[in-house]
Amino acid sequence: MALEAPAQPPDAGTSAVTSVLAGEGSIASRPKTTRVVSAHTSVLSRLKEIWRSRELLVYLVRTEIKVKYKNSVLGLLWSMVSPALTLAVYTMVFGVFLKNGMPNFVIYLFSGLLLWNLFSTGILTATGVVVNNAGLVKKVSFPREILALAAIGSAGVFFFFQACVMVIFMVALHWAPAWSVLYLVLVALVPTLVLSCALGILLAAVNVYMRDTQHLVTVLVGSAWFWACPIVYSFQETLAPRLSVHGLDWVYFLNPLTILVMTYQRVLYGRPTVHSTQPTHALLHILPHWPVTTYLWGDGVVLVFALVLFYVAMIVFGRLAGNFAEEL
Amino acid sequence: MGSPAVEVQGVSKRFRLYHEKYTSLKERVIHAGRVPHEDLWALRDIGFDVREGETVGILGRNGSGKSTLLKCICGVLQPTSGQVVVRGKLAGLLELGAGFQQELSGRENIYLNGSMLGLSKREVDRMFDDIVEFAELGQFIDNQVKFYSSGMYVRLGFAVAVNVDPDILVIDEVLAVGDERFQRKCMERVKRFQREGRTILFVSHSPDLVRNLCDRAVVLVDGEMIGMGPPGEAVRLFRERLLEAGDVLGAREAEVALDVASEETSALAEGGDPIDPGLPAPAPAGAMAVDAPGTAMVPAVPGNGPALSRGATVRTRSGLGDSRPVRFVEVSCVLPAASTRRYLLPGEPLTIRVVFESSRAAEGVVFQLDIRNDEGLGLFSTDSEVLGVACDVQPGPGTFEFRLESVPLLDGAYDVILGVQTSSGLSDWREPACRFEVMNPGRSTGAVAIPVQAALVGGGALSVARNRPAVPADGTVAR
Repeated sequence: MALEAPAQPPDAGTSAVTSVLAGEGSIASRPKTTRVVSAHTSVLSRLKEIWRSRELLVYLVRTEIKVKYKNSVLGLLWSMVSPALTLAVYTMVFGVFLKNGMPNFVIYLFSGLLLWNLFSTGILTATGVVVNNAGLVKKVSFPREILALAAIGSAGVFFFFQACVMVIFMVALHWAPAWSVLYLVLVALVPTLVLSCALGILLAAVNVYMRDTQHLVTVLVGSAWFWACPIVYSFQETLAPRLSVHGLDWVYFLNPLTILVMTYQRVLYGRPTVHSTQPTHALLHILPHWPVTTYLWGDGVVLVFALVLFYVAMIVFGRLAGNFAEEL
Repeated sequence: MGSPAVEVQGVSKRFRLYHEKYTSLKERVIHAGRVPHEDLWALRDIGFDVREGETVGILGRNGSGKSTLLKCICGVLQPTSGQVVVRGKLAGLLELGAGFQQELSGRENIYLNGSMLGLSKREVDRMFDDIVEFAELGQFIDNQVKFYSSGMYVRLGFAVAVNVDPDILVIDEVLAVGDERFQRKCMERVKRFQREGRTILFVSHSPDLVRNLCDRAVVLVDGEMIGMGPPGEAVRLFRERLLEAGDVLGAREAEVALDVASEETSALAEGGDPIDPGLPAPAPAGAMAVDAPGTAMVPAVPGNGPALSRGATVRTRSGLGDSRPVRFVEVSCVLPAASTRRYLLPGEPLTIRVVFESSRAAEGVVFQLDIRNDEGLGLFSTDSEVLGVACDVQPGPGTFEFRLESVPLLDGAYDVILGVQTSSGLSDWREPACRFEVMNPGRSTGAVAIPVQAALVGGGALSVARNRPAVPADGTVAR
């Protein structure tokens, strides 16, 4: 019965059919990426997936920032107000009450805090990120590492804002950084970011299985690790003499953040020795008298360590990620 | 046609069921290495290909692993062993609006969701207007999503997923959203996807939808793939397995239904029947309830006409006492003798055989027949009086048959309800007395099998938009 049809003159019906067929052709012939879902995906292919989803990363960072300050009056200003308040408290305590005698202590403090905030906010947010986005993880498919990276990314944005505040401080206080080594700011930033990503990815995955991680990280990073870095005190001034007696000052540098923080201080505070603001005007050794290459080498070693940790984190994450959707 | 868009290769998925979940460090340490758990294999060695441009349905009961399979294909879950190879951009609709951020506006969410599905900002820009129009959001697009009604929410979710131009669309029972008009719009969009040669994979409870949309369907039972084939075949297989598994359940349900019914009747009996004073005194309700299980176990099957074992027989209790003149012993649905199946095809004959026992001679006995569908809708009612058959029964066993020449019904399970009346009133009745199933091998849907022939009579070109596999013209079996 239907065989009568071809005898009919071509009309709108046929053209519709051909256009449909053309559409079919275009969908069939357009380039397609192949994705493999299996329990064993190599780190390299997952990195490729992440790279493909980089635009999602940007959106997630944007979302994170927007949501964080939505419905708050000061909004984004909070990202500058809160470190400013921290800064004010520490300056009061160490500069005014305890009288450590460092001229423009606030600059010294801020240069260390700048980098530290990037690291600590990054991994603290990243640790909870998979658990907090359970709805997404259970229903939508995308490289889950992106979530942790987005947490680091938003910390990076706040880092930028705080850096602007830092510039304002320096201008206001007429304090010049060490111009000749300014590039070290970027050199130290890279290992910091890689290290944050590595720890963030690792902790985000572990936290799904052990929710203690979140609390543990808050305590360890928030207090212990913070005080292990020469941020509110000067290593050279306080700890170095005591440790070097026993030949133990290398222990302090096992903390990968130490050298990174000191690099920032070297650049932004800029003066290894200063005269105390106390009546004695004694000479204070704030930073070691290292040549620039020592800082470069130190940062380089941390970068290598961070990269290895990143690789390990990717392997661990890959192992654990397969069961996220059922564990949450 | 084409290379496979989705290859599912030996996929198995194991879930660990922990009796107690230890997620804190303390508990992990205490129970290290010996957390009591059971392994549940949600999927076992599933393997099939979905060709490009094909629409494949996944049929299965609750808990058969359908959604797990879809999640593995989407990449939300990783299979324990095996792998899934996906060629092309895949948009998964496991839950509508799953990726939405409550705090953001609809507009921002479209971009966020689009990038989750792998689109660049430019691509989303291009389809933004289509999405908003499809979702019918209008001016609300700049409101925060948390203020959306649930309807707006799912509409936006669907709109994003179908407008992002995927090569492969994966849908998990989400087609039934919104009002009827929006549902129709969704279906139209899905059909357009089919015409455009996109690949669609979907899960549905509704065999009708599978029959309507799919080129092929996969049937899952308890995590195992028991078949893949044309939709009619698959639906038949699915129902068959459902029937096998459901027999026990069905009987239990029937018993429960009957308990309720018997209480009603006993209440009626207690109230007395003013029209029939000649009836023996009704037993008290309590006594009857105790008595009732005994009547269910009538073992004697009268010698005449051995019941065919193929017929699905549900023995149910009678709600009436033993003092009635005519009682059912067994009721069975007897399928056509030539059939080896456990179900009917549309239009096949069916005999309903009633074996009864009469305690005394009775004149003017009327056998009543009702056929109802699963929702309890009465489809057919008749009785021996209407059919002009006079029944005068002698004491002892006897058999009565309703011979339905043709059962013009489509897919479904149907209940047969039988009653018998003597001059002194209702003597026995069973609900359901037995059940039968109809499977439709064709692609038409609905309730009634209407014999149909389709022909293009003139005025149009041959339109072969889809290369559907040839299936018998329709559910109506040529006889």
